[in-house]
Amino acid sequence: MAADLASVAAKLAAPGKGLLASDESTGTIGKRLEKAGLPNTKDIRRAYRELYYTTPGIGQYISGVIMFKETLYQSTAAGRRFVDVLADEGVMAGIKVDEGLAPLPGGGEGETYTKGLEGLEAACREYVMAGAKFAKWRATLKVTDSLPSDLAVERNAEDLARYAKVCQECGLVPVVEPEILIDGAHSQTRFGVVTERVLGATVAALWRQGVALEGCLLKPQMVIPGAEAEGGKVAAEEVASHTVAALRRVVPPAVPGIMFLSGGQTEEEATINLDAINKEARVVGRCPWALSFSFGRALQASVLKLWSSDQTRVAEAQQLALALAQVNSEAALGQYTAAAGGHPSTLSGDSLRENFRGWSGQAPAGGAVPSPGGSGEEVLMAH
Amino acid sequence: HSAHLYTPILLVLIAVKIHQNKRYRLRYSNRARPITMQAQMQFRSARTASCVRASSGRAQPKVLCRAFNSMESPFAEELKKNAAYIAQKGKGILASDESNATTGKRLQSVGVDNTEENRRDWRELLYTAPGLGQYVSGAIMFEETLYQKARNGSQFVDILLAQGIYPGIKVDTGLQVLPGGKGETTTQGLDNLADRCKAYRKQGAKFAKWRAVIKIGEAGCPSTTAILENAHGLARYAQICQENGLVPIVEPEVTLGPGDYSIDETAFWSERVYSHVMRLLNEYGVILEGILLKPNMCLPGLDAPVANPEEVARVTVRTMMRSIPPAVPGIHFLSGGMSEEEATLNLQALNDEAPNAPWALTFSYGRALQATTLKTWAGKESNWAAAQDILVKLAKANSEAAAGKFKGPHPVPGGGRILQALRTGGSGK
Repeated sequence: MAADLASVAAKLAAPGKGLLASDESTGTIGKRLEKAGLPNTKDIRRAYRELYYTTPGIGQYISGVIMFKETLYQSTAAGRRFVDVLADEGVMAGIKVDEGLAPLPGGGEGETYTKGLEGLEAACREYVMAGAKFAKWRATLKVTDSLPSDLAVERNAEDLARYAKVCQECGLVPVVEPEILIDGAHSQTRFGVVTERVLGATVAALWRQGVALEGCLLKPQMVIPGAEAEGGKVAAEEVASHTVAALRRVVPPAVPGIMFLSGGQTEEEATINLDAINKEARVVGRCPWALSFSFGRALQASVLKLWSSDQTRVAEAQQLALALAQVNSEAALGQYTAAAGGHPSTLSGDSLRENFRGWSGQAPAGGAVPSPGGSGEEVLMAH
Repeated sequence: HSAHLYTPILLVLIAVKIHQNKRYRLRYSNRARPITMQAQMQFRSARTASCVRASSGRAQPKVLCRAFNSMESPFAEELKKNAAYIAQKGKGILASDESNATTGKRLQSVGVDNTEENRRDWRELLYTAPGLGQYVSGAIMFEETLYQKARNGSQFVDILLAQGIYPGIKVDTGLQVLPGGKGETTTQGLDNLADRCKAYRKQGAKFAKWRAVIKIGEAGCPSTTAILENAHGLARYAQICQENGLVPIVEPEVTLGPGDYSIDETAFWSERVYSHVMRLLNEYGVILEGILLKPNMCLPGLDAPVANPEEVARVTVRTMMRSIPPAVPGIHFLSGGMSEEEATLNLQALNDEAPNAPWALTFSYGRALQATTLKTWAGKESNWAAAQDILVKLAKANSEAAAGKFKGPHPVPGGGRILQALRTGGSGK
């Protein structure tokens, strides 16, 4: 089992490949669809995901797709299961298994823990039968002068590790995502310090729970200044040097791949920063893990804009999806050079930041989803 | 008559007291049980909370938090540079920091008296060996030796630096047996460590070393107490060294001992120990680019069959890959009880197994560089050159192994294990 997990993890982290994070919950994808002028219906969601999963050649750049539970069981309009269509292209299916954020009792303002450990094993076994090969769980941590608290760091690290252990027992490679939110006025240096603390705690918790590092992947944020920091954004070289330094200090070589989330970066920023990170890693040397992507918004925003304007422009939208995947694949090899026309993004300059990615104390409007147990009880998610 | 009134009041008061006492005991009773790392972390958090938790059930403060302090030493750049120098590919460390008591035992084994003069002569032999600096980048010394001079009046530290060998200093003051009757130990030496580091640095030391010993193979070993205690000592020592300009060699030795435990069991406990050590180094703000690690290779117990170099390499590399972040520039294995030949062959196998490892896989050898050297010298002036010659040959073999280029033959083939009773002496003993 351990060897299988290691080989799946290695394939997901193969050179020049990354993950498409299309596991937005119904509530989150709903917000995006509605903002683009589309209704949030099951069929629209299905058609939207079909766009990506049937893009010809997507498997050259994407090794795995993270799905929301609803999507794992969906099919193309022609009736072929998404899981099978992806497998034909050599793309593995992954599944988001957490049940969203909740306020952390005893924590600071805005601190959360992630729900979903209850019933996780049963859910994982179902997902394996449906064809999933890997899973993902998102924890969030908030940065201020005094946060994250010890409690938030330890609680989230422990829950991530327990999730990872359950996954491995069921034959799924866990993607471990301790997202440190970019909201706030903290400096890049402070962010780096918090990153080391959080990832250090996560790695220690993984050991405590007996998780095999060779069979899991890490999904952290790149080390950037807070969204409200003085001085605004920094150059890609700064992002690269801070990120690589922090990771080298805390992530043991046994982890095969570090798949960055794009957070609130624009499509172009995400690619340029990923490329800078890989160039820096090759200069600094001694970076034994793949440094790749697990992008959601940074692979989808322009595509959604195009498709929502006219749903018949499928081929065009798919070409754009492929182009976005390709430039990030190049970036994951440290070989991104803007083509003659520049980055394929059609949204350069627009921030993709959304302010409901953490816990604001309120559930997002209209975001109710069924729990994986299928009991029909609705669970609110801020995700 | 009034006793009728007072008795129930008294009984009520007694009942309340018992209740409070019970709550107190329940609250603190888990101190008696082994404390998990998580529990200890939470316990420490509770102590640093700005509000005190009352036992009377008042509303508890909402936040339990501590600002994380990064402890970037003013010597950060120098530490990184020095650590990188010592860990350069193809070089390793000569561990010559045996305490006076331990050195005495060694000298006596070849018929030499344990006097300061003889200890000085013996180290002079080592440090003036011509060409040693081609293979050795650092030499760890005992405190007495750091201040000694050669016969011609030159300071040992200057002789070493002239060879391109950085002087290092053992700063722990020895092992102390922990309660529990299992022979587990903790390492002493934190008191006045900052001042001592300053003095050693002034004398010319560039790095320091602290040896923690974790015993395995006996039922109940290692205990959680032993692991936490030793990990804490190492992390605190490392922090103090960096604050005072010395690169700390962090040595968590999972000691080779009696028992038929398997190599995988050694690996398991080693991983556990490293997990705690790395976690605490992180917590304490130690700059990993400015430390060196001195671990044991993974070996089965003394009563189990000896593992061949490929097996040792496979398991040891796996353990390091799982535990040691790439920022650490060098992993300098101790030789423990391995024979001189075994130590070289295992080191070569490690480099075969992981030619692209993110840290140097090299040596910090004591016995595996000195055993035959000492026997060759045996205290006789006429043997001086021959002894230096064998030392340099041994250093060369291990240097080649650290670069993955050792082909043989070994200068001292066929030696047996070089074992000794658990050394408890440290500085000043």
